[in-house]
Amino acid sequence: MKILSGDPPRSRVLSILLVAIIAALAVAPFVFPGAKAMNVATKICIFAALVASYDLLLGYTGSVSFAHTMFYGIGSYSVAIALYSMGPSWAAVAVGVVTGLPLAMLLALAIGLFSLRVEAIFFAMITLAVASAFLVLASQLSWLTGGEDGRSFQLPELLRPGTVLIPKDWFGFAVNGRVLTYYLIFIACAAMILALLRVVNSPFGRVLQAIRENRFRAEALGFRTVFHLTYANCLAALVAASAGMLNALWLRYAGPDTSLSFAIMLDILLMVVIGGMGTIYGAIVGATIFILAQNYLQALMGAASNAAAEAGLPLLPGLLHPDRWLLWLGLLFIASVYFFPTGVVGRLRNPKRETI
Amino acid sequence: MTDLAASEALPQPKRDLLPVLLPVILALAMLPLIGSGSSWVTLTVASLAMGMMIFIMASGLTLVFGLMDVLNFGHGAFIAVGAYVATLVLLPLAPYVQADSLWLNLAVLAPAALAAMAVSGALGLVVERVLILPVYGQHLKQILMTTGGLIVAEQALYALWGPQIIPLPLPTSLRGSFIIGEVAIAKYRLLAMLVGLVVFCGIQLVLNRTKIGLLIRAGVENREMVEALGYRIRRLFLGVFMVGSGLAGLGGVMWALYREQVHASMGNDLTVLVFIVVIIGGLGSIGGCFIGALLVAMVANYGGFLVPKLALVSNILLMVAILMWRPRGLYAVTSR
Amino acid sequence: MTDLLTLAGVHTHIGRYHILHGVDFVVPEGQTTMLLGRNGAGKTSTLRTIMGLWQASAGQITLDGQRIETSATPDIARLGVGYVPESMAVFSDLTVKENLVLAARDGPLDEARLEWIFGFFPALRRFWLSRAGALSGGQKQMLSIARAIVEPRKLLLIDEPTKGLAPAIVVALIECFAEIKRRGATILLVEQNFHAAQAIGDSVLVMDNGRIVHRGEMAALAGDVALQERLLGLSLETHQ
Repeated sequence: MKILSGDPPRSRVLSILLVAIIAALAVAPFVFPGAKAMNVATKICIFAALVASYDLLLGYTGSVSFAHTMFYGIGSYSVAIALYSMGPSWAAVAVGVVTGLPLAMLLALAIGLFSLRVEAIFFAMITLAVASAFLVLASQLSWLTGGEDGRSFQLPELLRPGTVLIPKDWFGFAVNGRVLTYYLIFIACAAMILALLRVVNSPFGRVLQAIRENRFRAEALGFRTVFHLTYANCLAALVAASAGMLNALWLRYAGPDTSLSFAIMLDILLMVVIGGMGTIYGAIVGATIFILAQNYLQALMGAASNAAAEAGLPLLPGLLHPDRWLLWLGLLFIASVYFFPTGVVGRLRNPKRETI
Repeated sequence: MTDLAASEALPQPKRDLLPVLLPVILALAMLPLIGSGSSWVTLTVASLAMGMMIFIMASGLTLVFGLMDVLNFGHGAFIAVGAYVATLVLLPLAPYVQADSLWLNLAVLAPAALAAMAVSGALGLVVERVLILPVYGQHLKQILMTTGGLIVAEQALYALWGPQIIPLPLPTSLRGSFIIGEVAIAKYRLLAMLVGLVVFCGIQLVLNRTKIGLLIRAGVENREMVEALGYRIRRLFLGVFMVGSGLAGLGGVMWALYREQVHASMGNDLTVLVFIVVIIGGLGSIGGCFIGALLVAMVANYGGFLVPKLALVSNILLMVAILMWRPRGLYAVTSR
Repeated sequence: MTDLLTLAGVHTHIGRYHILHGVDFVVPEGQTTMLLGRNGAGKTSTLRTIMGLWQASAGQITLDGQRIETSATPDIARLGVGYVPESMAVFSDLTVKENLVLAARDGPLDEARLEWIFGFFPALRRFWLSRAGALSGGQKQMLSIARAIVEPRKLLLIDEPTKGLAPAIVVALIECFAEIKRRGATILLVEQNFHAAQAIGDSVLVMDNGRIVHRGEMAALAGDVALQERLLGLSLETHQ
């Protein structure tokens, strides 16, 4: 129980669900070895961590930020640029990490401090504007970032798919660099999520929740909310940047569409709300649901859309078209905010209707 | 009340005119940087026209926020919907659009604009009742719900019209420019400025000379007291929200004609600009919104000319600079 | 003499805070009832609850025979209640004229009534077209009160009108209240200035910790210094 920092799932169904998810992810390279399945599994790991870091901000301090993908992008790009310019070596990875993390933290610091000067209401709008500008900047500084095309690079030898570590005839499973990369990502993300669990269950985390409930009261009680909010911002930024670095290592690529686009920000929002705000576990559940849907539901929608078209129904083919899956997720999102503000996790923990 | 009319006025506090001077100062400062006088005039006219269009789009948002304390992140949806509705009117009536007669063109543009405003306003009704009323007073949920609304709206537009860009040609009589000496002034830009000014004056008239305007101005300052005076101001909210959405629709039409294209993502793209304008101007202030829109348009146009790659970033810098000077925006109105 | 306003067992919660713990009192028609008490005793909360700005979590409030504890603020105001809040709440961006036009919801401004108001508050006539935000504190208070009486009201809820005002203006306010009273209005007045309270109060209610701890005639309390010190922690004489 200590590893979960005293914050267990508190629901049998949820525990089973989480165990199933984590177990599936742990053995993915052996049980689901195809390229697509591996991509899905990796994406779930990375987004679980990314969304958990966002939950720290949204669910625990109550601040809506649209700039979270910026930190994700900084992590991705710093590793990508380093490996691109310095060639595939662990030294380059180290350089990427050492430049990316402090940069993300500094940016989080700047945003946090600037937001103190303006009304809290402005915060969400300002983060939206800043994130948009950052996206444009990344596209424009193509000498550094590769512009719209992004940066491709090679991994250090140990992590490359071609590197065979344990040949296929050993128990019938091949362990190559790709599998190694996967486990690197899996363990790193798990560690970060556990660390976040520890943070939110510490006295610091409880102060964050107090600030979320009533900032003035927290100040009156003597807590320096400035410090707490800034610290939370920086922590979330660090985890997000780390997730970005892992993403770049998996894709061997960093570009505006995979790390900075507004669509990713919306995906994060959807995952955290559907999964459950303020729970950390919600990030895991939300990421799993969302990414599985994104990859496998679209095929279903495609079939339904074709069927509707053949049946000659109006409108329906367009609405059910697989490209429109975000429409339905968006409706689910709205329904979640209103009917299930505590998300899947909250509902599983407390089946009675909650009034928030 | 003749003796009242002749009453003395208190020495008025120094009228806060500094923000009004900002666009003027900026425009003049750009002249030496741009160099050519005719280019400067073109850019300035472009700024004024663009500023008016952005003002029309943003005015609804700032009033809604100031009066109702509602953060509508889905405002861009009204802009896009307005543009699409206009295509429903203008594309079938292409012969009238292509005719080289100002009156025929306007005869077609006016219904297009009105239809756009009506549909956007109706959509505003739906949004207010379905997305905003249930979470009234909870900012966090408002942001989330309205963001969700924006996603759904954009996807619905894709589903209904498809992902391709729909061209929307300018009516023939509004193409081209008036040439005055060395300077070319685009005809459509003049129309945009005119419409913007009419909207601005219209809003000011309603706010300052009608009882409803009185209620709105008082309500922006202190909603509780207005209720304590016996007015069911929440009913007024819905009306203001619908007008705000309608204006966004109008802005969408004008912007679509300006760019001569309509695309489902235009709501998203313009949302950021509109937010910047509303933040710069101060929530609830129409005057601030006007000046903010001018400044943003100027930065976009002058910036686009001088440092093309950094247009959006320049607007962020503008926003940061103004917030450093006045943390609540140029004219902070609400008592919150 | 009927009771215009009755509160029975009224509790109010603000979030998690239990502010009013079962408030019971009556306000007789045509009289001026003073509501006294230490800071934080719950006087302003009581007025706000009556006005519907905060909803009572329990209890009943009856105005002129009608139950209003669940009514919305505008509806309560339209039953003929005028409210003068502690913060005055004048609309700074509107002129004095516009403030009063807004307050006169039943029709255009009554000239005769305006003249009567100007009699007490000549400054309002002088600064008729000026922005209310430019007025001094005392003038804003006059405007706030003028708003509540620009049309006849059954009940006036007034929260600490003389706070921070110069003695000359306090005199004007006292005259105004006396005149309103003479015209038959019912007033529930929260006031810390003893002279003002004594001049116009008929009956007195003392609050402490969200409850009424004393009810009685003003004259009786005014004459009993020991009682004053027990209830309010000081004698009203010394507390100006």
